[in-house]
Amino acid sequence: MTRVTRFADRDPGPAARVVGFVAHLRDNGLRLGVAEADLSLTALTQVNAAAPDECRRVLRAICTGCKEEAERFDALFDSYWMDAGRVKQRIVPKPQATLSKSVHSSRDGSGEDAGSSGTSTTPDTEVGEADSDGTGKLVATEQRNLSRRDLRDLVRSDEIAEAEAIARRMGAALRDKRSRRRIAARKGDRLHFRKTIRRSLSTGGEPLRLLHKRRPDRVRRIVALCDVSGSMSVYAQVFLAFLAGLMRADKNADAYLFHTRLVRITEALRDKDMMRAIGRMSLMADGFGGGSKIGPSLQRFADTYAKRFVDGRSVVLILSDGCDTEPPDQLGAALTKLKKRSCKIIWLNPLKGWRDYAPVAGGMAAALPHLDLFKAANRLDDLAALETELGAL
Amino acid sequence: MTWQSLQTALTAKSYVASDDLSVALHLALTLERPLLLEGAAGVGKTEIARTLSLTQDTQLIRLQCYEGLDASQAIYEWNYQRQLLTIRSAAEDGETGKSVEDRIFSRDFLLERPLLAAITQEKPPVLLIDEIDRADEEFEAYLLEVLSDYQVSVPELGTITATCKPIVILTSNGTRDLSDALRRRCLYTYVEYPDRATELAILKARCPQVEGHLANQIIGFVQKLREEDLEKTPGIAEMLDFAAALMGLGIADLTNDPAVLQSTLTTLLKTQSDQAQITSDVAARIAGKAA
Repeated sequence: MTRVTRFADRDPGPAARVVGFVAHLRDNGLRLGVAEADLSLTALTQVNAAAPDECRRVLRAICTGCKEEAERFDALFDSYWMDAGRVKQRIVPKPQATLSKSVHSSRDGSGEDAGSSGTSTTPDTEVGEADSDGTGKLVATEQRNLSRRDLRDLVRSDEIAEAEAIARRMGAALRDKRSRRRIAARKGDRLHFRKTIRRSLSTGGEPLRLLHKRRPDRVRRIVALCDVSGSMSVYAQVFLAFLAGLMRADKNADAYLFHTRLVRITEALRDKDMMRAIGRMSLMADGFGGGSKIGPSLQRFADTYAKRFVDGRSVVLILSDGCDTEPPDQLGAALTKLKKRSCKIIWLNPLKGWRDYAPVAGGMAAALPHLDLFKAANRLDDLAALETELGAL
Repeated sequence: MTWQSLQTALTAKSYVASDDLSVALHLALTLERPLLLEGAAGVGKTEIARTLSLTQDTQLIRLQCYEGLDASQAIYEWNYQRQLLTIRSAAEDGETGKSVEDRIFSRDFLLERPLLAAITQEKPPVLLIDEIDRADEEFEAYLLEVLSDYQVSVPELGTITATCKPIVILTSNGTRDLSDALRRRCLYTYVEYPDRATELAILKARCPQVEGHLANQIIGFVQKLREEDLEKTPGIAEMLDFAAALMGLGIADLTNDPAVLQSTLTTLLKTQSDQAQITSDVAARIAGKAA
């Protein structure tokens, strides 16, 4: 059996350990409150808390809320309770810093710099750019780019603000699709006959008050998939700003990045601090600027996330140049599958803005029959100009 | 009561629950928390509620969610027809306004829908809220209120508080992301497709007449089939149908006759492209591997 973590002697007891565990989960991105810690303790009294497997099951039932969290839970549990070699969390409550009010210091009582709690990623763009061969070819590359690039260097906050305004307008154009089904409403275009008759009972069968119904606006959900492979790096700035803006403008929107893999960045981009959101995104976009596997990425999207997040009211927005290293029929199959969820698919291709561009790249040609809209976009202005066309979809 | 004894009780009612699921159910019972079950279609999410109601010897109240479900179908509605008849007969008897009004807005005239029915029972029932992801988000918010306070306000009557706390089980197929608020209030378990041993136990419990050799073959075949790239992966219910079909045709060995095997695949493969993909050769190959 795996080793069980040995806690220090000054550990104040099981309650503190459980609280420490909940804090450990919280540090790793699970959204948990005080209530969960409390509930966990109560729940552990209901089972044999000395058996690690039972504790694991109990805590998993309480502390996780969706499939992804449940999958990550085991590793987090092992790292805290099973001594899996991670850095152990401090579970002894830190003594309150007893600083007199007249002392102002940027360091806390233990002598650590108070401002250094966040992990910072060092910008290493110089390295990233030195890798390119300088010929300016826009071709899909096979290899994964292992250098990590800080996206904060690419995106400026004023651009996000601008993109946010555009995304908001685009969202508004796309979003409100009228439903066919009418529901009761105070002001409506038709009489709600059933309600009117029922209400008339209270006035002895005379319909004194007429009730109405109307066709409500149904929110359409925008799902954006952005290609950040090497061939797209010139346009990444625009598109990333657009994604960040979109997420801030529309709380239902959903965003993904792909190069050789697919990453969901919705949660990261929801961070209130704009630049921190971009920072979190760059941590996730490991392999940024590497090769592009559009087909497999979309296939994976169609197989996993699409089942949960894409339905007939979704608009899937693909931002990519269509230069795929994989065989084009895979891309076609992925889009067919996606299309079966009766969503709208829009492909925005920066290359389309070029003169004499024809979608002859294998991937793009395979994708064309499945698209509802195929447009050029390589500047924010271009995205803004799309507004009317999207409204007509 | 421990979770092991719950697991045994469930097995006695021929539901083979995994350890994870048993612990979660046990906690839901002891902590009186709703339990949210997610998983692919056909892994036995709805069935667990039915079996739980059998083991607890209590009633099962089911609320099937769908798009457009609203409070009048989920919580309560006035019995308008009866109210109307009462008003008419009262008018003939010469009864006056106030007393009639009191009478027609009493509990007798209230039609209980599942949520209200669940909190007004003598003995805590099992309340199954099926496919919550199909309901609108507004309904989810309404549900939260009922689940946290266990009370329902009827404007004409006042507040009806719960006489018991029902055992609430919510299921979701994951067609829509549920709100964090709902997830927070529930215990959570993701129900996976069962492993080989568990599925064999399920088959033994549900179809005891299937012989050992064939049972092994059936489970092996279905498990292998799940690894194929299918649009709709066969669930446990499909596996049981498949077993029943084989029993009905009197087949003792899967590898004997590819044509018959192919004809029984209609119980497992539910889309046209899946049926096209698993041709008779492929099926024979999988059956051969499984055996």
